[in-house]
Amino acid sequence: MAVTTMIGAKIHRREDPRLVSGEGRYVDDFTRPGTVFLSVVRSPFAHALVKSIDITQATKAPGVVAVYTYKDFAKVLSGTMPVTPSFVAEKKQIPPRFPIAEKEVVYQGEPVAVVLAETKYQASDASNLIDVEYEQLPAVMDLDKALEAKSPKVHSDGPDNLGWDLTYIPDDPAVMKEAEVVIKARILQQRLAPTSMETRGVLAEYSKPDGTMTVWMSSQSPHFVRLFLGGAMGIPENRLRVISPDVGGGFGAKISPYSEDWLVPAAAKLSGRPVKWIESRTESLLTTTHGRGQVFEVEAGAKKDGTLVFIKATQYLDIGAYMGTFAAFQACACLLAGGAYNWKHVAARTVGVLTNKVPTDPYRGAGRPEATHLCERAIDLLAGELKMDPAELRRKNFITTFPHTNHFGLVFDSGAYEKAMDMAMGIAGYEKLRKEQEEGRKKGKYLGIGMSSWIEICGFGPSAATAPATGGIALVESAQVRVFPTGSVAVYVGTHSHGQGHDTTFPQIVADTLGVPYDSIELRHGDTAEGPAFGYGTYGSRSLAVGGMAVHKASKKVVDKARKIAAHLFEAAEEDVAFDQGHFYVKGSPDKRKAFGEVAFASYGAGLPEGMEQGLEAVAYYDPSNFVWPFGTHIAVVEVDTQTGHVDLKRYIAVDDCGNIINPMIVDGQIHGGVAQGISQALYEEIIYDDESGQMRTGTFTDYLVPSANEFPVFELGRTITPSPTNELGVKGIGEAGTIASSIAIINAVCDALSPFGIKHVDMPASPDRIWKLIHDAQAGSNHGKEARK
Amino acid sequence: MIPAAFEYARASSVEEASKLLKKYGEDAKVLAGGHSLIPLMRLRLAQPKALVDINGIKDLDHIKESGSKLHVGALARHVMIQNSAVVKQNLPILAEVAGEVGDNQVRNMGTIGGVMAHADAAGDYPTIALMLDAEIVTNQRTIAAKDFFKDIFTTPLAPDEIVIEVVFPVANGPHKYIKFRRRLFDWAIVGAAAQKMNGGWRIGLTNVGPTPVRATAVEKALHDGAKPEEAAQHASDGLNPSGDLRASPEYKKHLARVLTKRAIEQAE
Ligand SMILES: Cc1cc2nc3c(=O)[nH]c(=O)nc-3n(C[C@H](O)[C@H](O)[C@H](O)COP(=O)(O)OP(=O)(O)OC[C@H]3O[C@@H](n4cnc5c(N)ncnc54)[C@H](O)[C@@H]3O)c2cc1C
Repeated sequence: MAVTTMIGAKIHRREDPRLVSGEGRYVDDFTRPGTVFLSVVRSPFAHALVKSIDITQATKAPGVVAVYTYKDFAKVLSGTMPVTPSFVAEKKQIPPRFPIAEKEVVYQGEPVAVVLAETKYQASDASNLIDVEYEQLPAVMDLDKALEAKSPKVHSDGPDNLGWDLTYIPDDPAVMKEAEVVIKARILQQRLAPTSMETRGVLAEYSKPDGTMTVWMSSQSPHFVRLFLGGAMGIPENRLRVISPDVGGGFGAKISPYSEDWLVPAAAKLSGRPVKWIESRTESLLTTTHGRGQVFEVEAGAKKDGTLVFIKATQYLDIGAYMGTFAAFQACACLLAGGAYNWKHVAARTVGVLTNKVPTDPYRGAGRPEATHLCERAIDLLAGELKMDPAELRRKNFITTFPHTNHFGLVFDSGAYEKAMDMAMGIAGYEKLRKEQEEGRKKGKYLGIGMSSWIEICGFGPSAATAPATGGIALVESAQVRVFPTGSVAVYVGTHSHGQGHDTTFPQIVADTLGVPYDSIELRHGDTAEGPAFGYGTYGSRSLAVGGMAVHKASKKVVDKARKIAAHLFEAAEEDVAFDQGHFYVKGSPDKRKAFGEVAFASYGAGLPEGMEQGLEAVAYYDPSNFVWPFGTHIAVVEVDTQTGHVDLKRYIAVDDCGNIINPMIVDGQIHGGVAQGISQALYEEIIYDDESGQMRTGTFTDYLVPSANEFPVFELGRTITPSPTNELGVKGIGEAGTIASSIAIINAVCDALSPFGIKHVDMPASPDRIWKLIHDAQAGSNHGKEARK
Repeated sequence: MIPAAFEYARASSVEEASKLLKKYGEDAKVLAGGHSLIPLMRLRLAQPKALVDINGIKDLDHIKESGSKLHVGALARHVMIQNSAVVKQNLPILAEVAGEVGDNQVRNMGTIGGVMAHADAAGDYPTIALMLDAEIVTNQRTIAAKDFFKDIFTTPLAPDEIVIEVVFPVANGPHKYIKFRRRLFDWAIVGAAAQKMNGGWRIGLTNVGPTPVRATAVEKALHDGAKPEEAAQHASDGLNPSGDLRASPEYKKHLARVLTKRAIEQAE
């Protein structure tokens, strides 16, 4: 592509008019004749034995078609729910998980029975009539206690509660001794609920005569669901069609398959009726996988001159009662513990702990927000001890040469960390802010300035690294480009767009590569019956860097064939034919040219080159040579009302670098959403369980606090562009960046604001009651505090 | 939303509504804006056998001043109260409070009668009603605010009793309501109201107990000449709030003092 006209263009998302005017079609918008509705009877307890299930009353209730329990599903489903190795190849145990409980329930919300009825109201009413006799068992809720030898067990027949314990790099005491200043921190990453606007949902229809199953569901990775579900039900992939239509948000929680993804198709097969289940909001908070849920013990050391020496992170990861399919993905936090800096030594260990809670799994950022948080907090704590400006400590230690191989063997492809930080500081007016802060403190006004220089591994990923991590399937990406006789183009991709704007950006790439009008290109995704044999889905900020490249590659294959045809038509040698902005011509005579569309038409005619088949279409699988490594610096400015503990977020500056840009507006949109989500972790969201009973206390949006646009200032965005050398488009991912960077920018700012009180640590969410208590305790406990109060 | 089954009837007059309520008995509920009742039904925490919809009753959303009293009809929506020139002129604090209830959707639907009858501890109007000695007029009687809020979600209303209007004294002197919350559309964690009236101060608190609280100790201290800061220290006198996910009892008491001080100082 010598010239680009669409790549880099700031055009509106073409999917938006449809989506924002209510014309989108989500799972619940689909229906099949004779559909029955499924309601799930769930365990009210975190841990109990199921003594008996009496379905008599429910079976007799109006409209009820069937009631199924474990023994019914065991007839049509086999095996256990999948768990991939991810970043921990060897687990101590993987508790076997069948989609519905048989004898023991291990988290609140675990399915125990399902009711099928003619209406959803009847299904729900009847589900209340099922009488389950439970014998409650002690619930394991706390990570520390779970690891004690005398702890009750999450699964009564399990060996203990340890899921894994892996030291990636052990301590190097000799190096660690070189540090002249050492800090320690214990950082809590609270459990978060992914809360997409559209909850989960499944509609399944089984055709007995031909043995085909069609499943409509809200998924980020329909092909993986087909792979796994086909295995569980014994249906080959050519008879199992999974359709993930418009999806109202995924955030990582719609990658892995769920119990209901098995139970609904199984119920369709058992009952012979199409079956629909739509998750309620409370079910979603209770049973959709949670994100984060980790505790880090962090230690870091530096020389007095600010040279970083070591950082050591121990991750305790709350797995929940079963392992999510990608439970150990979040262990990647360990591999990125060193962040954007040169350390002499990085030590890391991950410990996976089972608890009687819903499983954790990836959630926007998945391991990388946690890594950024621990590293950027350590940097600020060290800066505090060294009495250095945190920006200067960063500047002194940034990695500056690329490619850079980190302590874990990961290769950072490109970066310019200082440049991004300087731009962010420029937008913020950093020096001036520091002065304002100093002046303010004299008047009892507590400003805080927090910085986060983030890096990210994304674009999963090269086959050599990802096939072992999934247990076999390499996370490459596929695309098919089909050019029809009259020149319009359909592109089928294995990624899935649910907010990322692929309908816009992928055609932008195709438009430039083929040189055809953007409007002549249609993008299709989400239906396993269309396009290439396998697709890999959208997560881990991979769609552009891997899927976009597959689209580019398939487009180029099409151009290659078209060039052969054009050469034949020109009676010229192939290498003498130039292709520029949609036109072929023989080099030297550009006025005698043939449009791409003319060649497309010719490709379906007679007189093609010797041995060439008709048609103009191509499939490509793209296997990247490396991950891609976006980066940037964010700065948050807060003011803390020390009397109430309220944090007022005054400004938020984000400078991000994701390499070359296909559509700046979409990049900005991704950053906005991501930043809001990270801020939300820092200030609002938290899943809370009762420590004793294991009951969730945040089962509605009244208690689980998701902020609205009211709670945010206008974000101030900046951008540097450092192309990725990893792929031809020079692109990196941007879907998770905002979330990865922002929670710690806020926490560093809050800690900075509270530093006159001697407060060095604030747990998330930094809620007013929590902050008030910290200030209150600090004032009660120190003279320093008294001074600050004046 | 999948509530339990219920019957539904729409009344076109107070008499008809009352008759319907009598007919369905104990388990019937009035449906006004639905913004407290329906969330409870969604979770099946409320499973009324029947709903008597009063939204079709004409003239129950009046807002008028007469005889130095402000009459606000039970069906007056928050948005109407917020924007009403009559309220702004005669009891501006009520318009301000209305503008701080929930979000746009809640303000477009929720009614003052519903807030009173529901008697949520975090309801905002009850604080104003209590501290100003408002009266709740029903189809059967008139109840003083101090006798109305018995306990959390508990009022003396009989099953077939319908709130017709709330009658406030006119008060347009310095006033302020400070509602402390996490998000703009949240309920109050704690709220504090200050209203200058007849030469003295009225001070009310939201969500520091099962019912709204009138901070008489603060009122008295101010009357005796204490500075706002000193007087506000009495805001937590006698309070025994229960803790919840957002605030410990101790923190609520602290907020009561801080917010009371600010409300008095910022009253204008
Ligand atoms: C997201 C959200 C945020 C909110 N935030 C706030 C807030 O910050 N502050 C606040 O004060 N409120 C808040 N609310 C509640 C809101 O103000 C409700 O509208 C109000 O509590 C109930 O009024 P309603 O008209 O909706 O009553 P409904 O929900 O229809 O009824 C509530 C109860 O009152 C009874 N009832 C209603 N009208 C009458 C009547 N005329 N006579 C007798 N009984 C009657 C009903 O039977 C029912 O028991 C919030 C609600 C939501 C959903």
